[in-house]
Amino acid sequence: MLEIEWNTSTILAEVFYCMIGLILLLVGISALKNKNAEKNVTTAIFWFILAATFIIGPYIPTWITGLCIIGLAVLTGGGFVKPAAVNIPTAEETRANADKYGYKSFIPPVVLALSAVVVATVFSSLGANNAIGISAIIALIVAIIIFKPKLSTPFKDGVRLTDNVGTTGILPQVLAALGSLFTAAGVGAVIAAGVGALIPEGSHFIAVAVYCIGMALFTMIMGNGFAAFAVITVGIGYPFLIAQGANPVVVGALGLTAGYCGTLMTPMAANFNIMPAALLETKSKYAIIFSQLPVALVMLVIHILLMYFLAF
Amino acid sequence: MGDTIKLIGIVIVIIGFVLKFDTLAVVVVAGIVTGLVGGMSFMDILSTLGSAFLTNRTATLFILTLPVIGLCERMGLRDKAVDFISSLKGATTGRLLSIWQAIRTVCSAFSLRVGGHAQFIRPLINPMAQAAAIAQYGEIDEKTEDEIKGMAAGTENYGNFFAQNCFMGSSGTLLIVSTLNEIFKSNGIATEVTANQIALQSIPIAVISVVVGVIYALWYDTKLKGKYKK
Repeated sequence: MLEIEWNTSTILAEVFYCMIGLILLLVGISALKNKNAEKNVTTAIFWFILAATFIIGPYIPTWITGLCIIGLAVLTGGGFVKPAAVNIPTAEETRANADKYGYKSFIPPVVLALSAVVVATVFSSLGANNAIGISAIIALIVAIIIFKPKLSTPFKDGVRLTDNVGTTGILPQVLAALGSLFTAAGVGAVIAAGVGALIPEGSHFIAVAVYCIGMALFTMIMGNGFAAFAVITVGIGYPFLIAQGANPVVVGALGLTAGYCGTLMTPMAANFNIMPAALLETKSKYAIIFSQLPVALVMLVIHILLMYFLAF
Repeated sequence: MGDTIKLIGIVIVIIGFVLKFDTLAVVVVAGIVTGLVGGMSFMDILSTLGSAFLTNRTATLFILTLPVIGLCERMGLRDKAVDFISSLKGATTGRLLSIWQAIRTVCSAFSLRVGGHAQFIRPLINPMAQAAAIAQYGEIDEKTEDEIKGMAAGTENYGNFFAQNCFMGSSGTLLIVSTLNEIFKSNGIATEVTANQIALQSIPIAVISVVVGVIYALWYDTKLKGKYKK
């Protein structure tokens, strides 16, 4: 079983995870009810398993949760999970609402972002990550006061967007788990040994450059900054930067965006660079990548300099 | 060789991503194989996977923000963003793209899904950027048309990528937090980073990305001027 040190912050976190579990459960139920959709039963099973890990996960042996994740992977890998795409507001509906409410629809998102920062800074004992949950609830209350919607509407919209984000939504969580398996199996040590030869002892600047360029290159190969981040931070970021006294917050924050410089330069990131080119009917398939190349390279150099000056 | 075999997980991830297999399945397979070659038992792998998944539930906290964001979209959030852009007058291609990138970046920092190639660039930003060039120089050739399309699509990506981590509930921010804390934990270090710290530390690069993007867009204006001015 997962060991949890129970205090206000962890109890609150579990409450939020249960709420997420509830939303996931609703996505599953909505899929189940949507009988016209393809593979609606297996889609529902996916969301139900995921909901279970969020709600009862901490109270059952961890290997069962591990098994659940393999189950989720089998379902998505086999193509058994399809978005239900229900309750999408029509263009007429959003236009009519826009004319009715004007720029008021920007208020709740601003409340969401600002209250998250305020809660995290002022009530830090509640656990900084819980601030997201608290601010989401505050913003929802503000939105309900402004729009006075039917009580079911926010639920429907939450389910709609969760369904829309779909299986990629849990990818960060699974990648973090991959990172921990990599660490347990000693992958970080192997990369560190290989890269270590490249970095002269005590040269912080070269270490920063190798980390940032490594992030960009790996992201270019995989087309996914998230996956690169787990691997490169375990293998290079920790041993050569953080363990040498670099500020982990700076390394982490700039590490991921250094990877995004790679995203701008690779056809592997098809949904950002190739699909939109098709959408815009460009003559060259690579028109977007060519256009982004100078910005990506300049930003990568800036990342290296910024990380070096801010982290040490 | 020897330890190098442990890198097989990375090879699996790369091959899986290149061949466009299902991402979740690829990642899980890579994890299991890495664990096995690293000498872990299958039960150990399941437990490690399970407990890391549970402690990293923070990375999925963003789902709590979806009801309010979905509701605001229903109430016309995107339509009003379009209204605002269309109300701008007398812009050149570069200035228009600069303004859009700034708006896109701010929205991204506030986790507003005001953007998207399908929702904004194709129907709105690209036509306006093309129209601005045509209004200024009359005819433009196919090459210029392609360039403007690339520039327009780029603004979407810059704003999206470099500013999203300014929001503490964004999946990127939460990934950074859980990855770093997982590293600290497995190395026995009693430190923790928080989403708030990562979000604040992400602001400088977001601001810089706008500056770089704006300079690039305005440089493109002068390039167009050089090409078409008789």
